[in-house]
Amino acid sequence: MPAAGAGRNRRLTIILVIVVLGFFGFGFALVPLYNSFCKLTGLNGKTGGPVKASAVAGMKVDGAREIKVGFTSAVMPGLNWKFKPLHPDMVVHPGAITTTGYVVSNPSDHAETGQAIMSIVPGRAARYFKKLECFCFHQETIKAGEFRKMKLVFFISPKVPKDVRSIIVSYSFFPVKKRS
Amino acid sequence: MNAAHAHEAHHDELPRGITRWLFTTNHKDIGRLYIGFSVIMFLVGGILAMLIRTELLRPTLLFPPEIYNQIITVHGLVMVFAAVMPATTGLANYLIPMMIGAPDMALPRLNNWGFWLLPPAAVLLVMPFFLMLFGIGNGAIDTGWTMYAPLSVQGGIGVDFAIFAIYLMGASSLLSSINIIVTIFNMRAPGMTMMKLPIFVWSWLITAFLLIAVFPPLVAGATMLFADRHFGTHFFNAAGGGDPVLWEHLFWFFGHPEVYILLLPTTGILPHILSTFSRKPIYGYKAQVYSFWAIGALSVVVWAHHMFTSGMPVAAQLYFMYATMAISIPVAVLFYCWFATIWQGSMTFETPMLFALGYIVLFGVGGLTGLVLSDAVADQQYHNSYFLVAHFHYALFGGPVMGIIAATYYYLPKITGRMYSETLGKWHFWQTLVGFNLTFIPQFFLGIAGMPRRIPDYALQFAHLNMLSSIGAYILGSAQLLLVYNLIQVMRGVGKKATTQVWEGAQGLEFTLSSPPPYHSFETQPVIQ
Ligand code: HEM
Ligand SMILES: [Cu+2]
Repeated sequence: MPAAGAGRNRRLTIILVIVVLGFFGFGFALVPLYNSFCKLTGLNGKTGGPVKASAVAGMKVDGAREIKVGFTSAVMPGLNWKFKPLHPDMVVHPGAITTTGYVVSNPSDHAETGQAIMSIVPGRAARYFKKLECFCFHQETIKAGEFRKMKLVFFISPKVPKDVRSIIVSYSFFPVKKRS
Repeated sequence: MNAAHAHEAHHDELPRGITRWLFTTNHKDIGRLYIGFSVIMFLVGGILAMLIRTELLRPTLLFPPEIYNQIITVHGLVMVFAAVMPATTGLANYLIPMMIGAPDMALPRLNNWGFWLLPPAAVLLVMPFFLMLFGIGNGAIDTGWTMYAPLSVQGGIGVDFAIFAIYLMGASSLLSSINIIVTIFNMRAPGMTMMKLPIFVWSWLITAFLLIAVFPPLVAGATMLFADRHFGTHFFNAAGGGDPVLWEHLFWFFGHPEVYILLLPTTGILPHILSTFSRKPIYGYKAQVYSFWAIGALSVVVWAHHMFTSGMPVAAQLYFMYATMAISIPVAVLFYCWFATIWQGSMTFETPMLFALGYIVLFGVGGLTGLVLSDAVADQQYHNSYFLVAHFHYALFGGPVMGIIAATYYYLPKITGRMYSETLGKWHFWQTLVGFNLTFIPQFFLGIAGMPRRIPDYALQFAHLNMLSSIGAYILGSAQLLLVYNLIQVMRGVGKKATTQVWEGAQGLEFTLSSPPPYHSFETQPVIQ
């Protein structure tokens, strides 16, 4: 093969290898892209962190609207807990700050640590579900035989779309493994 | 086989024995290695398929459910990555240099590596089965070929083996894709302009671009999965703020284009075969090339049609639905060109032509049922049912596998210099056609009736159709042994000697070389008018 041909081959090969590496990087870039996309749109029922009470002072309660809120619970494999909502069904007005909670008990013979993850259906309502206080903001360690009531203070933003009439809030406890 | 080799070696002064195959940089040798490897892996995947259908023959449990899950998963991974992809890559290596009048591939050493990464990958996929027999680990990967989190995060060592297999297979595919692109761009004979490239070469060019765009993100995803499993990261772990649905996006960003990576090379080989046996030139060359481009481009923007039930907002569902449906337009253009190519031709029905026509019919069913699934509303019902299983087997067996078999019969006399047995070939075709339809038509009805996929046992009302499907599978599976027998006979040198042109209507540079072609195709590059 003439030397010029070999040089051309090498150049094109190098370009293609760079393209491959670029797409490899793109694969990783999808992670932050995906997360910010979900946060922006509330897709996947992801809700934000705590809202300060002062931030919502003066919020109007929309007494004319009622939204049914259902609470569900799940315990992931790896935890031996019993975990139930205090009030499986509630009816709230948008803008009204509401207090409820979950009860958790650990019937096993050793302490276990878990992290609650919440998710909301329908996904487009997620960004309107605001929490002032939540056990999901930190990990919980429950001792053997312990029973605990955990608080959740939330409100639904009055800006929630008109056609949202009911919301399901789901909490799942995941085991937290101590890194060895 | 030995006789043929000795004969060839005598002419070309080749190194003999295993070292010839281990160190070869010759595109024809490497092409043959790929094809041979692919035949073996088709048999491995096929045996697993027979086990699946045996489990489903009657509503009882033969295997423990965990083992059943491993069997279906390895069946899928082997068929996609170790059987179909090596087959089309083998055809590319063997044919492209000859078709474009090049002496060899542009990067022969990388080409050797590209092949030899594959056998270890296949071993990695299958080995955990055997390790389990010796009490190591709990068997092969059992997540389904889609490796969804959190199952794949929790799974046993089989998942790690599969991740490493994906690394090796990814490296292999990327090496061969780079090689193919460089070859096509830089090694064409004088006068072989891009728009004169044989259509198979075009189809592989698009395939190679797709591989370069989508395999690296899968490798990235597999790396995240590995990190989640062993280094305590939380890419896909909801407890740590990750999201299992992210894996679905990463996987299908690769996975949907992958089905076109499997398909496109065979849509490229099909026009050659149709035109040969209808003795007419290929109809709509440009339309087909542009359709390849359109299919390639659209295929990377429709991935979430696999995720209609994952809770996407309606707007996204609508987008992915219409974008998916739009792909059927360039695909329909291909169908139109295939029909126009054979229209009023003086057709004869040798085995390659039979398989090519079977391709059109069966893949047609695959495409049409794909349209049904792409309806976001209907898919809520069909998703993960046997309807889906039937769809993608019509699309994948009816398309790529039928195309690969057609190409094998078509080029076998060219590659080996011997004609295979036409009678056995025809038997192979008809038994395949009957067996395939008997296997998969019942699955459409099972799916509509509500039978989910990936279950080892089922409700009694599904028993009759499953029995039919399993009988079909045995017919289909045993039919493939006819091909294996035909291949062995030809390699032993049984059969009429093939002429240079092999088939009366065959066109193209590869049919100007003797059968089998000399070890180094073109001593002097041909000039294309
Ligand atoms: C017009 C063409 C096509 C359309 C509209 C189409 C549409 C679809 C849709 C919407 C799904 C997802 C269904 C679900 O998960 O509920 C699907 C699944 C699938 N399709 Fe197609 N498809 C087409 C062609 C093909 C081709 C050409 C292939 C392969 C060569 C293919 C292979 C597959 C596979 C393997 C799956 C199942 C993946 C899995 O979940 O394991 N399809 N198709
Ligand atoms: Cu798809």
